[in-house]
Amino acid sequence: MKHDAIMIKAADNVATALRDLEVGRAYEVSVGMESRSITITEPIIYGHKFAAVEIARGEDIIKYGEVIGRATADIPQGAHAHVQNIESLRGRGDLKKKGE
Amino acid sequence: MEFFGYRREDEAVGTRNYIGVLSTVICANEVAENISRQVMGTTAFLHHQGCCQTPVDIGRVNDALTGLGKNPNLAAVLLVSLGCESTDIKQVADAIAESGKRVETSVIQEVGGAAKAAAQGILLAQSMVAQASEQRREAFPLSELVLGLKCGSSDTTSGLSSNPTLGVLSDLIVEAGGSSILGEVTEFIGAEHLLAKHGKDEETGRKIVDLVNKMENRAMQMGFDIRGGQPTGGNIKGGLTTIEEKSLGAIAKAGDAPIQAVYEYGVKPDVKGLVVMDSPGREPEILTGLAAAGANVIAFTTGLGAPQGFPFVPVIKLTGNENTWKNLQDHMDFSVVSIMEGTETLEEAGKRLLLDLVKVASGKLTKAEISGYTSSMDIYMVGPVI
Repeated sequence: MKHDAIMIKAADNVATALRDLEVGRAYEVSVGMESRSITITEPIIYGHKFAAVEIARGEDIIKYGEVIGRATADIPQGAHAHVQNIESLRGRGDLKKKGE
Repeated sequence: MEFFGYRREDEAVGTRNYIGVLSTVICANEVAENISRQVMGTTAFLHHQGCCQTPVDIGRVNDALTGLGKNPNLAAVLLVSLGCESTDIKQVADAIAESGKRVETSVIQEVGGAAKAAAQGILLAQSMVAQASEQRREAFPLSELVLGLKCGSSDTTSGLSSNPTLGVLSDLIVEAGGSSILGEVTEFIGAEHLLAKHGKDEETGRKIVDLVNKMENRAMQMGFDIRGGQPTGGNIKGGLTTIEEKSLGAIAKAGDAPIQAVYEYGVKPDVKGLVVMDSPGREPEILTGLAAAGANVIAFTTGLGAPQGFPFVPVIKLTGNENTWKNLQDHMDFSVVSIMEGTETLEEAGKRLLLDLVKVASGKLTKAEISGYTSSMDIYMVGPVI
């Protein structure tokens, strides 16, 4: 059956929307052979990610069971997780310039 | 399983039978294009290099043109030169001729201008096409396939569906004794530790990590965050947030086969199996690099819908994004929307893709070939124009 969203590994803290998701509704998120229900708090368009759990500022973002970046703000469960609240840890010439 | 291809004098097998009209320098593009437009059965390779560059880059131009000329999808080659460029025409012509192919040269400054060079080139190309058109396709095992791997205009469906499907295809071809070439080193950033584990030994793994460090440092020297450049604006619109996320999805197209060796840009592998080639992710440079390395077919995954093809190597487009599949039918060859819907496994989709790839290798035209969207070409340079 088709799920509304998918977490690729159980260790992930973000899920990917497999259709446009609406605010206030609970959606079925597949995790391997299992499924869990998460309520969406911001509109999520097809292919975009949302927090599968509460994520604190500074925490690693995990997808494919691997680190894909770091939270630059607290991300509540069900909120849109994207460039506005996640930074990359690689290719950061801007940080090198500032001497960080 | 077998496919129908063209046997060349050097034993390589082509999936197409073109006469390649290769411009040797940016300044000869007009004439090469003109010749190709006038002679059916030819295809032009145009680019922006060949003069006012560092010796390293001029060496690359010589090597890339040689590799392209030797590509088995070309039956014969016409080099079109201005005459005063830095590209070493004689070296390129001799090296291509080593493969046993007919190689002709038309030099604009020697023959007396663009019109005369075009006329000379057209007549040469006509006789080459007549010769090549006599050749018939024959049956060959899948071990003669050299698959180029590419992803472009990726979104989050790429890492979930089309890239892992391509990984299954790559594994099937490698199992059958064929070759598969993975480039796009920028898109290893953040996933190189996983890719390095695929190296057949520690040294191969180390070479992969070194390539990534070199590419990342090159991007970082500019003093900016590479986000926006990588992932691209389109990737971000498609839901990809960081280069690490894009890379983890992108490396899935390499499958599970061990990586046998690591090569410089455009170098033809001297081993069978899965190999890594240094290259950036942008379409013209990677497609050219794959063709120069001898790829006779390319499979290209996309999320938002990348239309690019290459002049003489068929490029099969596959997508798992249902909107792209519906909206971009004149560019998309193969759907893996079924993976996103959960109605087909990756293994099933990979086997289905192999059947389609065999058809394309045997002559079925891709959407890029049919629509003429085949001009994504240029040679990857490392130094400045001087």
